[in-house]
Parts: sequence; structure tokens; C-alpha cells
Amino acid sequence: MILWLSVLAVTAANWVMKAGGPLALGQRRLPPRAVQVISLMAAALLAGLIVINLGGSGWGGLNGPQVLGVGTAGLARALKAPMLLAVGCGMAATALLRYLLT
Amino acid sequence: MSSTRTSSGALTDGMRLGTGPGAATFVLGLAYGAAASAASWGGAVPLVFSMLACSGSAQFTLLTTLRAGSAAAAVAAAVLINARYLVMGVALNDSLRGGRLRRALQAQALLDASFAVGHRGNGRFDVARIIGASIPQWMCWVSGTAVGLLAAPSAHLMHALGADVVFPAFFLMLALDELRKSRRAIVAAILGAGIAAALLFVTSPGNALLGATAAALIGAVHGRRPQRSNHEGHS
Repeated sequence: MILWLSVLAVTAANWVMKAGGPLALGQRRLPPRAVQVISLMAAALLAGLIVINLGGSGWGGLNGPQVLGVGTAGLARALKAPMLLAVGCGMAATALLRYLLT
Repeated sequence: MSSTRTSSGALTDGMRLGTGPGAATFVLGLAYGAAASAASWGGAVPLVFSMLACSGSAQFTLLTTLRAGSAAAAVAAAVLINARYLVMGVALNDSLRGGRLRRALQAQALLDASFAVGHRGNGRFDVARIIGASIPQWMCWVSGTAVGLLAAPSAHLMHALGADVVFPAFFLMLALDELRKSRRAIVAAILGAGIAAALLFVTSPGNALLGATAAALIGAVHGRRPQRSNHEGHS
């Protein structure tokens, strides 16, 4: 019962978080300066997502093969590889390195 | 009619662009399903959770913290980690249409990758594209959870196969696209990464991520007019 209640509470909070801005602002437009801030939000958010995915809590999750794999995927993409192939290259590089290190 | 065609095209475009992140989401969903199975959550709870919330960060947080402490603390941690959606919802609002309720409903399509995919530049978002990008991600997240619950692959196997590369790799690719839009986007990304890196030493990943969004405030410091997006009209 506690598990179900916890799940429903998190779900409801998630909906409220997403709806909060539109519900509060409605049709009011943001000032131009705020729009300039928003135009940079995706870049800042994505950079943060990469860092926390690689670092983990307290930087305890950082590991070389994962960083190498992500770098390989980025390099493959820069060399015009399709997205899924680039990620596959990254996974293969990480898996290979882990196999060699064990 | 023309507007309907445009929205339909943007929706299809979004679905195509959401396929890559969707594949990453499938792998993460698989890991989530396997972890929920190992934690004896049964089959229904994780699956319903994935269908209703579709939030890897909140779902993993609840899964890991519920065992360690009280339910209230676990729920609070899972909610806090998604506080960034408040900021993203405000950012999206100018691009939404209709009344408050309709806007709030459209904003439910917000996911991290969709937010990036739907950004047209200059703080404007293509809502149809965001919704389109979220559809394959939702399907992959739910099906990944189901497969994870059924197959229950070990964490060791997922680690050996390099599954932990998938998500950061996709975020890196989305970031590379975003950085091509302006030099200020590059500065914001470097600053955001720096803030997140520093905050990771002292707080949870969710708070570090929320802090990273503060890097966008450089847009307010430099009072220049926003540059015209290079990506407008591109897919």
C-alpha cells in the first residue's frame, strides 16, 4: 500500500511540476530578457545531464570505460555517423575496454 | 488546413528525432525494470509507474531511496529531482497555445530529450515536435520496463555490455546540435557543466542538474537581441 501511495504521489507531483509554469503564467508573455535566458536553457540542461550521468552521486559513479565510450560516440557522430550507430560504437568501445580490463 | 499540415509534419519530424533517444530510453527502462524486479516491487507497480510518470530520474530515485529511508523522504527526493520541469514548463509556456488547462496538458509531453529536440532557437519551441519526440520515448520506456521485468538481466551483464554509455551519449549528441546554434549556447553549456560538476560534490545529482540550468542566466547578463537560429526550417 505504501509503495502504491509513493508511486502515485511522485506521479502526481511530476504532473504538477510540468503543469506549474503554464498554469501560473497562462497567456502572459515573458519579457525579452527572460526569453534570452530560455534560449540557452537546453544547452545548459544537456551539459548538466551529461555531467551527472557520468559523475553520479558525489562523483562516485565516474569510470574510465564509460567516459571513453561516450567520447567515442561523440567522435563517431562528429564523423557523420548516424545517431544509433554512433551510440553502438560507444557501447562497443566501453564493453571491449571492460573485457580487456577484467 | 496548412497549419494542420505543418503540425502534422512537425509531429512526424519529432517522432523521427525521438527514435534515437527512445532507443536509449529502452535500455534505461530495461535496467529500471530489472532493478524493480530485484527489489521485489512485483510487475504491476513498476509498469504502471512507467506508464503514468515516464520519468527515469524520479523512478530510479524512488526505487533506491524507498529501501534506505522513510516513504516521505523517498517521495520528496524523487520530486526534487524533477524540479527542473518547473523551469522547463515556464520556458515552454510562450510557445504553447490555448487556456491554462490546455497549456498544462500540452506541457505533460515534456521530457529532457524532447525539450532539446523541440527547441527552435531564440527561446521558441515547436510543441508538436516535442509531443512527437515524446511518443517513441514513452513507448520505449514502458516496453523497456516490461522487458526488464520479464527478462531481469543482471546489473553485471548490463554493465559489461556498456549500457551505461547510452544515455550520456545521446545527451552529448543533442548537445552538439544545440551548440551549433550560437556561441552563447557554448558558453552556457560550459558553465552549466561546470556548475553541475561542482555541485555534484556537495548535493544530489537532481539538485546539481537544477543548478546547471542557472547557467542560462548569462542570457540576461548579455542584453543583446537573440541571434537568428541556424536551425529554423531544419529537421
